[in-house]
This record gives sequence, C-alpha cells and structure tokens, in this order.
Amino acid sequence: MNDGAPPDLQTLGITKRFGPLTALKDVNFRLRSCRFHALLGENGAGKSTLVKCIMGYYHPDEGTISLDQQQVTIRSPRDAQAFGIGMVYQQFTLIPNMTVLENLVISKAKLTPIINWQKEEHQLTQFMEKMPFKVPLTARVGSLAAGEKQKVEILKQLALQNRILILDEPTSVLTPQEADEMLGHLRAMTLGRQLSVLIITHKLREVAAFADDVTVLRKGRFVGSGKVSELKITQMAEMMVGSEVTAKPKQRNERLSKVPKLVLQNIRVKNDIGVEVVRGVHLTIHEGEIVGVAGVSGNGQHELVEVLAGQRQATAGTIHVHDQPYQPTREKIMRHKIFCLPEEPLQNTCVGRMTVAENLAFRNFDVEPHAVGGWLMSRPALCRSARGLIERYNIKPPYPEIPIQSLSGGNVQRAVLARELSADVEILIIANPCFGLDFLAMEEIRLQIVAARNRGTAVLLVSEDLDEILELSDRTVVMFNGRLVYETASPGADLAVIGRHMTGHAT
Amino acid sequence: MEAGWWGVLIAVLGGTIRIGTPFLFVSLGECLTEKSGRINLGLEGTLVMGAMTGYAVSLHSGSPWLGVLCAGLAGMMLGALHSWLCSFQRVNDIAVGIAMMLFGTGLAFFLGKPYIQPSAPRLPSIDLGAWSDIPQLKAALQINALFLIGIVVAIVLGWMLKNTAWGLKVRVAGESADAARALGLPVDRIRIMSTAQGGFLAGIGGSYLSLYYPFNWSEGLSSGQGLMAVALVIFARWQPMACLWVSLLWGGAAALGPSLQSVGITGGYYIFNAIPYIMTLAVMIITCSPRRTLVGVPHELTVTR
Repeated sequence: MNDGAPPDLQTLGITKRFGPLTALKDVNFRLRSCRFHALLGENGAGKSTLVKCIMGYYHPDEGTISLDQQQVTIRSPRDAQAFGIGMVYQQFTLIPNMTVLENLVISKAKLTPIINWQKEEHQLTQFMEKMPFKVPLTARVGSLAAGEKQKVEILKQLALQNRILILDEPTSVLTPQEADEMLGHLRAMTLGRQLSVLIITHKLREVAAFADDVTVLRKGRFVGSGKVSELKITQMAEMMVGSEVTAKPKQRNERLSKVPKLVLQNIRVKNDIGVEVVRGVHLTIHEGEIVGVAGVSGNGQHELVEVLAGQRQATAGTIHVHDQPYQPTREKIMRHKIFCLPEEPLQNTCVGRMTVAENLAFRNFDVEPHAVGGWLMSRPALCRSARGLIERYNIKPPYPEIPIQSLSGGNVQRAVLARELSADVEILIIANPCFGLDFLAMEEIRLQIVAARNRGTAVLLVSEDLDEILELSDRTVVMFNGRLVYETASPGADLAVIGRHMTGHAT
Repeated sequence: MEAGWWGVLIAVLGGTIRIGTPFLFVSLGECLTEKSGRINLGLEGTLVMGAMTGYAVSLHSGSPWLGVLCAGLAGMMLGALHSWLCSFQRVNDIAVGIAMMLFGTGLAFFLGKPYIQPSAPRLPSIDLGAWSDIPQLKAALQINALFLIGIVVAIVLGWMLKNTAWGLKVRVAGESADAARALGLPVDRIRIMSTAQGGFLAGIGGSYLSLYYPFNWSEGLSSGQGLMAVALVIFARWQPMACLWVSLLWGGAAALGPSLQSVGITGGYYIFNAIPYIMTLAVMIITCSPRRTLVGVPHELTVTR
C-alpha cells in the first residue's frame, strides 16, 4: 500500500478515434493529489471515453497518461488497479444474487484457493469501522437500496486500497439526501488526504457544493478548467453547452377542467419474484394535467407503469378510464387512447430489427390506410406516415426503412413519442423519458410532453429525476415502498420535504 | 400379499439408488455448467457417448474402472467442444446443445456398432445387505461404488462453489458476465472449464448405464436422462446437495413400474414407466410462471435473460 498522498494524475494530448469518429481530441487534464475534481460535459462530450482511457478500457491513439509526472502505460483495468486507480460505474457491477461480503471478497486481486469466510468477514468488519459509512455484510446485494449499493461499490474500491477514485454519474440513482451524504463522505476523505476523487456529472449543483476543481469537455475537446470557487454556475453551464443557458419555464395553459381521466384505485402488483411491490396505489389524473411520480427507483414505479402499459397484471385494484373499467386490450387502448412511453423504449416498446416505419405504425398498422381493407399491409402508406412523423418530430437519420435499433437513444425516444402522441392521445404514461439523453433532445421531448398536456392530455410522468418532475408537472406525488406517501402542488414544492418522503424519513 | 407389498417397497428403494445414480451424475454436471452461465442440452449425447466409451474400454482393457475414467474423458471432450462453440459471438447455447446431443448420440452409435453383442466386465457392487437373509433386501442393498462417489461429489461440489476461489469465480461468471469481466475474470475460459467438468460427470453417468445398470450397450440405452437433468437442476434450485435428493426422487419414480411388475402387477405398466417424464413436465409447469422468475437462477442463463 502506498502510504503517502494519492499520486497526481495527468493526461497530455489524449486523442481517441473510433473509425471515422474522433471521440477525444487532444485533451489535457489534471487531477491533483487529494482534490475533488468534477468532469462536466453533455452526453457525448467524451467524458466517459476519457475516463475509460485512464482506466485502460480504451487505448488512446495519441497522448500520454502520467502519475506524479512519471509516464505510465495502462493497458487494462487490472493495470489501473495496480496503480491505485479504481472506478465506480454508472451501472452497478455488483452481483445481486450474492451477499455484500461475497461481492467484496470476489473483487480482491488475489483470492486464496480456499476462502476463510470468518477471517474475511472479520477483516472487512475492521476495515469498515474506519470508513464513514457502513453496510450490512451479510445482506444480499439485490435486497439493498440504490444508495446502499453505491456505498458497497465505493467500499469495494477503497478495500482494494485505491487512492484515486473515479465515479461515473454516481448520484443519478440516489435521492438528494443520499447523494449529499455520499459526496460529503468522499469530500471528507479528500480533505483527510486519503483520496483523490474524479466524478463525471451533469449536476452543476453538486459540482458547486462539493468539488474543488472542474474540467469541462465539449464534443471531445477540452473547453476549460478551473477552481470551482472562482467560477459561477452559469459560466460552467455555458462552457458545457457552448452558449448562454436560458432556463425557460415551460409555456403552459391555465388548466380549464377538472374532469378525471384516469382513476387508479387500490392497485396492487407483484414483481418478478413474487414480492408485492405496489401496495395499494390510489391516484386520479385530470384532463390537461401532468402528475409527476417522484421516488427512488425500485419503489414500485416500474411495475406500476408496466401495469398501465398492459405488460403486467395487477393482483388487485381497479383502473377506470373515462369512468369506465379499463383493461389494456388493444381495442380499449385504441378507444380510450391511453398510450405509453416507458423507460428504455427500444427494449420495452420497439422491435429493434424492424424498420422505423414499422415501429412507428405499431398503434395503427391494422387500420386504413396502412392496412387495405383491414388486412393487406400497404408499405407505401406506412412509409408516407412515417415520413410525416419523422419530419414533425425531427427523427434522425430521416429514413423510414432502416432498423430502429440503428438509431441513437434520443432518436428512438423521439420516434416512440411520435408514435404515442400521433393519435390524439388522451392519457399518456411516461417513465424516465430523458434518461441518458443530451441537453437538446431532453428539451425537445419535454416541450412535446407539455404541449400534449396543453392540448388536454392527462399525463402520468414517472421519473427518477426530481428536477424533471418539478419542471414539468402540475402535481407531484412521492412513491415510497409501493405506496403514494406524499402529494403537493409542483410549483413551490419543498424539495427537502419531498426528499424526506422519498427516503421514508418523513415523521 | 403382505410380503408382496414389502417386496415392492424394498424393490423401489433399491431401484431408487440404482436408477437415480445416473441422474445424479448428469444433474451435477448440468448444475455446474449452469452455475457458470451456460446450459448444456448436449448432455444426453454426452451420456450416450460415455456409455459407449465406458463399455468399449472395459471390454478391451478388462477393467471397468478404466472404462469409467475414459467415459468421463469422452464426456469432457464433448463438453469442451460445446462450450468452445458457444464462446463465439452470437452462438446460442440451446441450439448448439441440441446439435451436440444429436452429434454425441450419432457418434456413439456409429462407433459402438461392434459392441452391441460382446459382454464387457461389469462394475463390481458393494454388498451392504450381507447382514440380512431376506433375498430381496440383499438385492436392493447391492450398491455401486459410483453412487457413493456421487454423494461425495455432490457434497464437495456444493462446498467448493461456496468456499473456494474457483467456486466464486464460476458463480460470478454465471451471475453476470459483465461483472466478471470487470473483475478481470476470463468468462469464456471459466465456462469452458465448467462445461468440460460437467461433461466429465455426465460421461461417468453414462458409463454407469452401460457398465452397471442396465449393463449393456444398445442404442436404446438412455431414456432421456440427459435432457431431464435440465429439469432436475431447476427443481434442485442449482444446489448440488438438492440434486442428490431430486435424483433419488426421480430414480424412485422410475423404479416404481419395474417393481410393481416384479410382484405381478402389470396393469398400467407403461403409465408407471412414464412417471419420471410426467414429473419432469409437472416441474417445468409449476416452476415457470409468467409473473415471477425463479429464485437462485444464475442470471446469465439464456432461458432467463
């Protein structure tokens, strides 16, 4: 173990190309010893690529990496580990079916052929006593909340005695409180000269609150770097997107009616392993209203959306649409125009290998003009409709005859939104619509959602991004442990109160 | 009549062990393979190939135990071939498994033609019933050493999966290939090793068929044990010790028909003989539900992904 301070990490003129695409161009970057450094940039700015070059996943085409001014070659994550560099990924790399103890032990560089579980447990318990946070060692990882899993990921890196910790959007799955707690712990460890931290993030608030230094990338190039204390948030945002950010409030009509469109009563749902995860949800959504469901992922939102989309059966409860009992049959879906934009639409509501035109017609391929006489498919008609939607919703590349899986995430999202909005939708169910999208795509999709609301659509918006909910919705409800535990009007909502309900600490 | 029913019970007990042993080896092999994240449907072919190899080697060398070893090695080679094929991108292990099943049985029939007539030396059995003077009990307690070895393998395999670095690596490869790669583990190599070892066990199971019970080599030797092993492993929740109990259960079910026949009850003979298959179907239906996934299933298995 290196007993001194963590080494100074520097990259010089890193360039990385993927075929004709230059993902990184001549990037210089420096992570000073014991600093908390934020790497900012939009999606596709090259942040992940840069970090993967440092970790040895990618090998840069040009440029060098050095530690304490010594040039080093990092060929694989194993090499990075040997230099004391560890990374916490956006997707958890823990194994849900194993315990925390097993997960921590398996990550050790050298395993003894026979594992002495008692000794390992003893050592890790001692190690954890020195850490600012604790996790139960015998718990199965799959049963832990996202914040706890994140802690295990960090503990794993620290147990490996890594001195430079890289975190890829570590707070995207955490509540504000969990995020602040976790970042606070890391911050304390950098101040204690135990650790250097590099976090990739979009969230300027976290940068302002916790980071010492910031580096901004845009389109694969280094844009700027500096001390956070000397920069304003607006300056950083400007560096990120290239021009002044004008946070426009969404144009919205005053709500005219109080007609209930979608009424959920006592909905109960079991998840894949038979555990009841939605435990009595009551909710009414009115015409021209967006109701945002906030909550940490894994509190039943996912299953609730699946029920409304017809992908899962509820074990109890009733759904009423326009005062009539509703089951998601194709006939009733079309009659009531209740449509859905679930998370990960490519997996959930598209057939990746079918063309864009075909995917766009999933709601109406069996009616005129797409189906002549109700049974003979007309390709020209399909393509004509698709071209119209592609143009209206700005789907790129604008070709109806390519497989939809060849589109980027944002464009798949646009395509599905186009399909779901195209038929005068009355009720729209949306889950995490902007997950992994860049700034522009995000704005566009949000504008479309608000526009649908202004036309009178009732919208249920489930999102893990609280900012998104507060920006779009009229009413916010908080889902915790399978129930809706809090409701408030979105304008003027108290973030702290919402956060407390999201974590179940509201007493 | 009283004694007759006792006779049935004793015969079922003996048959449980006799017929359950090949199930035990095949299911342990499949369990290990599936723990590493692959399904090997080819074990049926491996079993038949093992039976043929074991019989042939025993005949030529005069040593049935050498036959067992060679049967294991033949199974190992088939297992390695299966997982090597599966390690290519976009190759589906189910499809390869079916191909390997046909390949294994076909190859065994082709190479085994000369061994249908001659009689090879048989595996010796251990007489645990020497203390008794009831002939039925004596017969039932004639136990093959392979059964005892199978119990040891089940215990050791269960222990190793939990307590050794090797076992942990196999489980990680079976739970999440991504996580395994992030840990720098060679996922394909782990799977090839596990599938080969699983094939070794299945090959031994095959040699039991030809060298002990029913003790012959013919094309109708196996009756789907290799395929049913997949259901057994699901029923055993991927735990080696549970594989032991489940194998005995299946063995008992399969022994029921012959035992009843031995006391003169022949009505419904074919129905009784079909019990293991009916049980297999029942297990598949009971354990498969659209609303829930199985607890304990390795996440990388293609059927569950």
